[in-house]
Amino acid sequence: MAETRTAASAPASVVVALRGVCKAYNVGTRIETEVLQGIDLTVRAGEFCAVVGPSGSGKSTLLNIVGLLDRPTSGTMEVCGEHTTALNDGALTRLRGHNIGFVFQYHHLIGAFSAVENVMLPMLGAEGFPSAAMRSRAEMLLASVGLTEWQDNLASNLSGGQQQRVAVARALAMNPALVLADEPTGNLDTKSADEVFSLLRQFNVEHGTTVLFVTHNAALAERCDKTIEVIDGRVTAGVGAAT
Amino acid sequence: MRETWLPFEWIVAMRFLREGRLQTLFIVAGVAIGVAVIVFMSALMAGLQSNFIRRVLSAQAHIQLLPPREVTRALRPDDTPGAPLPFAIVQPPLQRLKSIDQWQSIVLQIRAMPEVLVVAPVAAGSALVVRGSVNRAITIAGIEPTLYYRIVALEEKIVRGHARLTGTDIVIGSELARDLGVDVGDKLRVATGGVGGDASAVTLTVIGIFDLGNKGANQRSTFVALHTAQSVLGLPGGVSSIDVTVRDVYASERVAGRITATTGVEADSWIRTNADFFAAVSAQTTANTAIRFFVGLSVAFGIASVLAVVVVQKSREIGILRAMGISQAQIRRLFLLQGGLLGLGGAVVGSAIGAGALVVWQQTARAADGTSLFPLTLDPKLFGIALVLATVTGLVAAFAPARRAARLDPVVAIRG
Repeated sequence: MAETRTAASAPASVVVALRGVCKAYNVGTRIETEVLQGIDLTVRAGEFCAVVGPSGSGKSTLLNIVGLLDRPTSGTMEVCGEHTTALNDGALTRLRGHNIGFVFQYHHLIGAFSAVENVMLPMLGAEGFPSAAMRSRAEMLLASVGLTEWQDNLASNLSGGQQQRVAVARALAMNPALVLADEPTGNLDTKSADEVFSLLRQFNVEHGTTVLFVTHNAALAERCDKTIEVIDGRVTAGVGAAT
Repeated sequence: MRETWLPFEWIVAMRFLREGRLQTLFIVAGVAIGVAVIVFMSALMAGLQSNFIRRVLSAQAHIQLLPPREVTRALRPDDTPGAPLPFAIVQPPLQRLKSIDQWQSIVLQIRAMPEVLVVAPVAAGSALVVRGSVNRAITIAGIEPTLYYRIVALEEKIVRGHARLTGTDIVIGSELARDLGVDVGDKLRVATGGVGGDASAVTLTVIGIFDLGNKGANQRSTFVALHTAQSVLGLPGGVSSIDVTVRDVYASERVAGRITATTGVEADSWIRTNADFFAAVSAQTTANTAIRFFVGLSVAFGIASVLAVVVVQKSREIGILRAMGISQAQIRRLFLLQGGLLGLGGAVVGSAIGAGALVVWQQTARAADGTSLFPLTLDPKLFGIALVLATVTGLVAAFAPARRAARLDPVVAIRG
């Protein structure tokens, strides 16, 4: 696994390109709800973007679509160099597994595994069998988030901030091109929130990992390279807004 | 990961089962009880049936070839089919004792069949045994001891004396010995009508007294050497039946049919001659199979319902795994494995419980004389089958929950 991608300041390729992406639920029924309405969005490699907007504006739906967990109702999209509209579930799963890392508002660690095992899981799923290389990478990632001495503790025995840091390490396990963080600091105190943000920023700077960071915290949003503001299912111009 | 030799699906499946250990414990206990019942019942029924069959077949051959029955052929005034018979009453003929034609070559033909174990010629008929003023009707069976004792283990049933028959020896049943007041070494006079009514009599020495476990048989059955019976019964060089044992007692009817087709001599299997008994055994087998099927079905539903609950409980984890790039096929395998492991775990415990119950049963269920009612064998094949069937049942039961887990929408699953 390559440790460094494109440097943040270098001319960068497009990691996410959405054109006219719409997402509606209950299509064809009286309660049809259009959550995303013609999103055009381009995110380049190495960018650290804040995604902001009021609750219910479609930020999480946007992240789910970019993260290939959900499909748009219409529009085209390209993620990590692949046109994903026509890909089947297997291909989307492979693309997601190898190129995209997720950090959620709630850590969503798997309680039956220790911290280091949680970080190993994406690698284990991709390769089939555990290996020493997997474990050393997981340990290295946990060391970089400051959890070496907690690595063998069950995830359920860690504090909220520690769990979220493990979740960050897990998101980075496959050295993804893109990390999608859906309000990862929403449940944390200020200190822990700052630690998690700093970790993601650190990986963004050191490894060129592209990050979409959903937050309601204006102070954190200001520390991002640019801000994507989503209001009523549309991307509106923000600071350094996406094209 | 401690389980470095295991693939991803095994590791996650085992961790999930271990995490919900109380739930796992309950379903393994449920499966174990089901498997224990199946193992215990199967061994008990198999022991019971083999004991029944052993008792039935301990005193008779699997197949017996008999000479053709004599029939009366009415004489017609001419050969015109359908022409009226001159006599309205046709009397059935008397069934005289007679030999099977060419029995030596028939014996060779039967011995050449791969399904056949032993072929023994027998000359048997009715006789009268006389001692002083007492006489009894008996069946005298002339046998070749080395062959016949492999069909009916007479030597094992001897209660006094021995069964090594020579020219003037006779082995009689315990009831007949009591009726006649004879013991080993005493002489008996045996008389027959002979073929064509020519009476003949011979004096024989009692060398052994047997107990076949049947009062009637102990009163009537006697055994002498083949050539002695041929002489007494007036069947010089002939045999009245050919007794056969086969490798698979349940294949007797099929082998009997083959023997009849090959030799042209009517062959009756023990299945036909003990039709009521065999029907009872078949009914018992069917009932046992039905019970095992329904126990297996309840085990399957137990596993399926627990896994359905696990899918709901673990839906968020499934969503996270899917977000990490775990494929639908991997999720499916993960849940199938859990089903298989629950089945296997339950089968291992259940087999141990079943085996323990069988040992306890054998030690506690005793006949009036203190001996075990019938021997039970802990057949490793039975346990192997139980393990395989329970594992397959677990896999099949897990199919629907596994498919449901694999099809979970990761977004919905993560949202919970």
